[in-house]
Amino acid sequence: MFKKLALTAALALALTSGGAFAAGEGGHIEDFDFSFEGPFGSYDQQQLQRGLQVYTEVCSACHGLRYVPFRTLSSESGPGIPEDQVRAYADQNFQVFDAEIDDLRNATPADNFPPNTSLGAPDLSMMAKARAGFHGPYGTGINQFLKGIGGPEYIASLLTGYTGETIEQAGTVLYENHAFPSGYISMPPPLSGDDVEYADGHESDMHNEAKDVAAFLMWAAEPKMMARKQAGFVGVVFLTLLSVLLYLTNKRIWAPIKGKKKHG
Amino acid sequence: MAGIPHDHYEPKTGGEKWVHSRLPIIGLLYDTIMAPTPKNLNWMWIWGIVLTFTLVLQIATGISLVMHYTPDTSMAFASVEHIMRDVNGGWALRYMHANGASLFFVAVYAHIFRGLYYGSYKAPREITWIIGMLIYLLMMGTAFMGYVLPWGQMSFWGATVITGLFGAIPFIGESIQTWLLGGPAVDNYTLTRFFSLHYLFPFVIAGLVIVHIWAFHSTGNNNPTGVEVRRTSKADADKDTLPFWPYFVIKDLFALAVILAIFFAVVGFMPNYLGHPDNYIEANPLATPAHIVPEWYFLPYYAILRAFTADVWVVQIVSFVTGGIVDAKFFGVLAMFGAIAVMALAPWLDTSSVRSGRYRPMFKWWFALLVIDFIVLMWVGSQQTVFPYDWISLIAAAYWFAYFLVILPLLGVIEKPVARPETIEADFASHYGKSSDAAGTTSATPAE
Repeated sequence: MFKKLALTAALALALTSGGAFAAGEGGHIEDFDFSFEGPFGSYDQQQLQRGLQVYTEVCSACHGLRYVPFRTLSSESGPGIPEDQVRAYADQNFQVFDAEIDDLRNATPADNFPPNTSLGAPDLSMMAKARAGFHGPYGTGINQFLKGIGGPEYIASLLTGYTGETIEQAGTVLYENHAFPSGYISMPPPLSGDDVEYADGHESDMHNEAKDVAAFLMWAAEPKMMARKQAGFVGVVFLTLLSVLLYLTNKRIWAPIKGKKKHG
Repeated sequence: MAGIPHDHYEPKTGGEKWVHSRLPIIGLLYDTIMAPTPKNLNWMWIWGIVLTFTLVLQIATGISLVMHYTPDTSMAFASVEHIMRDVNGGWALRYMHANGASLFFVAVYAHIFRGLYYGSYKAPREITWIIGMLIYLLMMGTAFMGYVLPWGQMSFWGATVITGLFGAIPFIGESIQTWLLGGPAVDNYTLTRFFSLHYLFPFVIAGLVIVHIWAFHSTGNNNPTGVEVRRTSKADADKDTLPFWPYFVIKDLFALAVILAIFFAVVGFMPNYLGHPDNYIEANPLATPAHIVPEWYFLPYYAILRAFTADVWVVQIVSFVTGGIVDAKFFGVLAMFGAIAVMALAPWLDTSSVRSGRYRPMFKWWFALLVIDFIVLMWVGSQQTVFPYDWISLIAAAYWFAYFLVILPLLGVIEKPVARPETIEADFASHYGKSSDAAGTTSATPAE
């Protein structure tokens, strides 16, 4: 009986504990299908490059990416942009403050993306991990177990969730958005479709743009995800083998003590 | 290693004799690793090894993390990101450390509830139990302070709420809160002292773990029957026990490998499942998160803390009797710490002469209800304090106290325990035995 109870308790714990962190219901979040989902999913390099383009041409006007170094753009498990192109990209698109010369200068691969606090827009470095898209069912958070926490889904849903309605509150215009928890957000709709012309010729409707930039921001938040999943897989395989060996060892050394198992 | 008679270490070579006559450390290690252990221990006796391993894991990963972490409010959050992005394997260290805390609490709750079911807290193991409770309290303090170090939003606001609890103590509360924080509010001085203590406590825990092991090696392990190992002679003791090595070491290592496989799956595939998204936002004293929720392992106590609101009659009576000194807020704090206190007092609250819950037909059901109660408290602790959650948490909190303060003392008087096996050997033989040995196949004991 105790064993059954212990198992039930463990299962219930695993299921309810997710709910602890799911507190706070959100708006409607669409379950986008990302290539990096699941234990074996990986980033789509083309998609990350497209997402970077959307960030550069649209988001970076207001949002910083202060924890992401330019040099990581050439990471093989990330966007995989050649180093010379990263150098040119940083140099042409961003200026950073250099304390040594007490002035702004063009960015180099050794710099991080600059912060952007001009309009009070939040930094996007960890945004894909700082939001939970899924909370259900009934606020238990159990579906995070299957769907993931839903950070990138939240971002993509938010970008495509505008209804076009606005309200004015204390002199500020708020835009109605299905994905935003309170229903009204102060960020004007950033995407309308065809905001960028993708270098790889991919169709740039709003849905694609939102999905691509969400994927890019997931990479920005978790650049080591590929290494992590690989290590996790190796760890699980190795420990499973070790478990089997230890199980057989245990059975063997106990055999002379236990003899044949009886009923009961 | 008093108590159970067993072989002791005899130095054989000249070198061994030389060491042994000066410091009997080899003998100590031998007696520890060869400790006579009841041979009927079931799979709920594996958590001690898991806990010991996790403590070492946390200390090892923690020491490595400290090499790259900066305990300063202006740099703490960025230094954690530095660990995640720039340090070789830094993401692995941090995710293992963060999820290691959860593994620690999964194991400690399993360990504690095993003790509660099999009566491991009862005489003569009260000191083992009390030391265990102290370890548990220190673990909670360590985990709480560790959660503050990344300096995210939940770090900051969690610290504000929890230290605020001490502010509820009448007259001296505010001074205590200021003393804990190092100043009037959570700030750099709080972060630095929490960092210092977060590094210190695990070593205090390690010391207490040694005392914990020393204590139960003196009394001998409890076992699923609660029947003591016979100490009349070494021959009798040998029928009830097996040496810890290799029988239990290999068994425990097998269990540990299975648990670590699950642990690695969590670290590798869903390392943020048990964390809170808000902690990836840097602490901001000007922006309060919509819901301040503690980590899952604190939720049952958080639920008890919030259960006793000003409209509960018990709170009103206490408030009236004490002339308002014990208000609802302070009552909640007392209830939260009291919930752990009553558990620590279980050895003296449980009046039953039977140790193991296996032979206590009524106790079994009340205990099962306690386990469910704990899970309900954990779930309701994550919900908002509105109807019906306020009622659920109040009922669940009440049951927690009723179990220890009413049910345990009463059961010992009214319950009729079923027959227990004479010896551990008899219990073991009723489950296992040579195929020729056909005697005693059916036993009164339910399958574990």
